[in-house]
Amino acid sequence: MLIPCPHCGPRESDEFTYIGDAERTPPALDAPEAVWTRYVFARRNPMGRHREYWQHTGCRAVLAVTRNTLTHEVEGCEIVGPHAATAAGAGE
Amino acid sequence: MKYSALALLKGALGANRNWPRQWRAAVPKPAYDAIIVGGGGHGLATAYYLAREHGLTNVAVVEKGWIGGGNVGRNTTIVRSNYLLPENSRFYELGMKLWEGLSKDLNYNVMFSQRGVLNLAHTPSQLDGFARRGNAMRLEGIDAELLDRDAVGDFVPHLDMSPAARFPIVGGLLQPRGGTARHDAVAWGYARAADALGVDIIENAPVTGFLREGERIVGVVTPRGEIRAAKVGLAVAGSTSEVMRLAGVEDLPIESHVLQAFVSEPLKPIIHTVVTFGAGHLYISQSDKGGLVFGGDIDGYNSYAQRGGLAVVRDVASLAVTMFPNLKRVRVLRNWGGIMDMSMDGSPIITKGPLPGLYLNAGWCYGGFKATPASGFCFAHTIARDEPHPENAAFTLDRFERGLVLDERGAGPVPQHH
Repeated sequence: MLIPCPHCGPRESDEFTYIGDAERTPPALDAPEAVWTRYVFARRNPMGRHREYWQHTGCRAVLAVTRNTLTHEVEGCEIVGPHAATAAGAGE
Repeated sequence: MKYSALALLKGALGANRNWPRQWRAAVPKPAYDAIIVGGGGHGLATAYYLAREHGLTNVAVVEKGWIGGGNVGRNTTIVRSNYLLPENSRFYELGMKLWEGLSKDLNYNVMFSQRGVLNLAHTPSQLDGFARRGNAMRLEGIDAELLDRDAVGDFVPHLDMSPAARFPIVGGLLQPRGGTARHDAVAWGYARAADALGVDIIENAPVTGFLREGERIVGVVTPRGEIRAAKVGLAVAGSTSEVMRLAGVEDLPIESHVLQAFVSEPLKPIIHTVVTFGAGHLYISQSDKGGLVFGGDIDGYNSYAQRGGLAVVRDVASLAVTMFPNLKRVRVLRNWGGIMDMSMDGSPIITKGPLPGLYLNAGWCYGGFKATPASGFCFAHTIARDEPHPENAAFTLDRFERGLVLDERGAGPVPQHH
């Protein structure tokens, strides 16, 4: 499985660390306990398209990867976090 | 027919041409008292114990593929009950006791071999942890022996016991009653025994939807027709999230991950027990055919593909050679993957609900095979009596919101436990 790191180009997936499901957003700090429980424990766990966080061990970039969990086909990969805005031309 | 030495002899005299089918190719009836979705080990065991323990014989097992094609035929066949938490150790020990009588119960040789399961410790603190777990097991009446370095070396002759090893072995925790069983025989044995008690086993019938009356689940939809039932139990392992979505239940505390397993070319007897590496993750044993059967960690990312990546192949191979340097030139014959229902605390869910008429059995991570008898026994009890058996009372779905997680390693809410 190759993941196209925007910095480093397509690299073998074992160069990356899987962080997990990127489809969840953290609730507000004072959100009810049930909402937090859902955030911490529940997963949509789809068969098919899944958005998930990976970190590239080489360049340390945290990436949001859109991948098919049945075919392992990677549809998209983008940098997230504070460097996302300036990362567009980073590999050039 | 009852299997016996006499039956074998008769079969042999007839050139083994006259053995009857082990179970009927059942045609689905319009309605049953209970339907079990998933004809894996757990589903078949559930149907068997529903019939045997609770007299509920008007039961169907609907399986999307064929019997033995899923995780029950994809594991490394290890059976053990060496857990720390009382809720887990009691449950798995109930399973161990069922394993010990299983071949007789089913009139089917499941080749249960109590060859021992040895966990290796590589640091003094790890050995301390094993002593604690061993003591916890003994308090529950489960056998456990703490081995020092020399005892480990004597017990498993080919291990690299060198003090200069990268992860020197300092001792181990042995459960002598642990071991292995023939996984296909477990599936076939339960299927045959359930069928003999009147259970219909319906293969090639993936559930594509549920029949509902309001909130209540009253049956399933399959390509072989609609089948109604007062009670529908789900035991579908890695497909749990997808099948539950058909019932309108989203966001379970489960992720599906691929776990690979490996078999080497057949060798003369070399490893007579089950050994697990403690400074990484590897478990290895030798089948009666001579193949080394081994596996390691899950690939680590969400997956429904029954195949994994080469990184795990490399890790597992290097760990095997680290433990047993004489395996260096052994060739791997086959490897494959199965989809694990990784729960968020590493412990299973066997519960009534979450909808009326529905019962859920899931979250086995990669320890489902050894649980097969206990899982079926407790799930059958839960379905038949509408209340949990004492040994699965802690395996609820709401334990996550109630702060009652069963986190064997104390490692927090991640779907990576085993």
